[in-house]
Parts: sequence; structure tokens; C-alpha cells
Amino acid sequence: MHELSIAQNIIDIVQENLAPDQKQVVKTVRVKVGKLTNILVDSLLFGFEALTRETNLDGVTLEVEQLPLRIKCDDCGQETDLDDYVFSCPVCHSSAIKVISGQELLVQEIELND
Amino acid sequence: MAVLTIERKVLEKNDAVAQTNRQLLKSLGIFSLNLVSSPGSGKTSLVEKTIEHCREKIQMAVIEGDVQTDLDARRVDALGIPVVQIVTHGACHLEAALVSDSLKQLDLTGVELLIIENVGNLVCPSGYDLGEDLKVVIVSTTEGDDKPLKYPAMFRNASVLLINKIDLLPYLPASIEALEKNALSINPDLKVFRTSCISGEGIAEWCHWLQGNIKKK
Repeated sequence: MHELSIAQNIIDIVQENLAPDQKQVVKTVRVKVGKLTNILVDSLLFGFEALTRETNLDGVTLEVEQLPLRIKCDDCGQETDLDDYVFSCPVCHSSAIKVISGQELLVQEIELND
Repeated sequence: MAVLTIERKVLEKNDAVAQTNRQLLKSLGIFSLNLVSSPGSGKTSLVEKTIEHCREKIQMAVIEGDVQTDLDARRVDALGIPVVQIVTHGACHLEAALVSDSLKQLDLTGVELLIIENVGNLVCPSGYDLGEDLKVVIVSTTEGDDKPLKYPAMFRNASVLLINKIDLLPYLPASIEALEKNALSINPDLKVFRTSCISGEGIAEWCHWLQGNIKKK
């Protein structure tokens, strides 16, 4: 249940990036979460809602874009989205692979009301 | 409709403190481990065995992380090794700032090996860099051979796997070969040791490997 700590980090980054006149007009916060980060989206949404209640971010929507676990094979160059966490190339079966997506945990953007 | 582009890592503050910890430890020539596992896999017993086996050859310090109590720190303290207990009061993982505070409380003069024992949890600690050189994941045979498949991120992010409680294998349906194969399917680069803190099997090999890494640092 580290989602509460993650939600607090997201809120801190949002607050740091808002000018004084933008504090009350946040509409949506967009984050990117890779599959390998073990973040349960429902828990993250719950944590964000609980921590923003009765603050300037009360009612703000948190939009979570989930990114797949994608590998690239060093031997044959094939890129594959993995469902089952077997870290080898499904085409040539090489285990010389790099994870090219799935570890992301980013605050992407903040949308403001007009 | 205005959109502010942020593109910042959620854990950037933790990562920055971890980097400061790493630089401090490097400047002091201290090799450091972050021990992660589920509760009850034998982390503290392995710390004790490592101390007993290596204390003549390596100067050590320990940071213990637990949700409650200083029971683990007392066990290490009883062996005469410098130790700091972090009590997280419910938090499920250690963060770099907690380790940074603990480093200030330890006398690191002459220390060659720092062992950080994380909170028992195979999920949350995987994303938090503490500034360690290596993550060591411990799985005990009683947990079953499918654990690597259930908690892939932890096994992917670790460098070393200790399979502990191998003395119990004759009484268990778990296959150590299957456990090892499952772990290596997640991370082929894992260095694997098989240990028992009861029989002492594998402890010498683990400590020998540790000493080699400390010399390299």
C-alpha cells in the first residue's frame, strides 16, 4: 500500500508547479504509470482523493495513463509487450533484452480551468 | 484551456536523496546492501549469520527497518555491531531520507559493509532507491517456488537472490530448482545463493562473495 506515499509525492509536485493564481483552478492532473511499478490504480485514485480533500485540489481529477511492460530484444530487435513477466524475446527466445517501457512513474501535465 | 507540462518523476526527491546517500557511502568506501523480502523469510537471521561469519574480516554497520518495535536492532546490538532502528509506524517500505537520517546517527569510521534491512514486503520497497550498491532479495523455501512470478518487479530490480531455509526442503512440496528457474526467467542476471541459518549451509559461500565485492569497492 505505497500508493498513499506516491499520491502525496504527486500532490507535492503539482503544488510546486502552480503559480499563486493557479492554485484554485486545477481541473485535471495527468500521470503516467508503468506496469512494473506495482501501482494499483484504484488505490492511487483513492489516496489522491483522500489527501486532497478540503485542500485547493479538492475535486481535481487524477487521470492515470497505464504504460505496458515493453521489451526490446538485443539480438533480433523485436519489440514486445509482455503480459506474463517472462523476460525473454518471444520471437528468438533470447534473454538479452532491455525493458524500454513499464518503469515510468511521472507527473505528465496539469490542466487548468479557464 | 491551459495545460502545464510537468514531466517530472514522482519519486525524484527520493531519488535525489538516494544519490546523496550513494555518494557519501562511496566517498567512505562502504559497500552497501538493501535486503528485501516478505516478512519471516529470515532477513534478520541472515544478518546475524553474516555478522558471525564475517566479523573477524569485515567491519560492519546495520540499519534495521520495521513497522514497529526495535526487536531486530536489539538482536544486532547483542552481537556488538553498530545499528540504528528505523520504525516506520505503518509505512510499508524504507525511503532514502530515513536512511540518510540513520547514516548521521552511525559512526561509520572504518566501516566496510552497510546492511540495510528493509521492511518485510515484496511489493513496495522495489520502487524506492535507498542509495545502496545492490538489492538482495531473499525468498525462503516455505514461501513456495512461485513467488518470483507473483512479485516480478522485486526480482527484476534485485542483483542477488538468497534462497533461505534450505534445511526445510525435505519437508516441503516446493522445488528449489523451480524457484531458481522462475527467478531467472524474470532476471537472468541474478546471482543466486542457497542458504540455511539453522544448518549454516551456504553462509560461507555468501560471505566469501561479499568479501570479494567489498575489496572491489
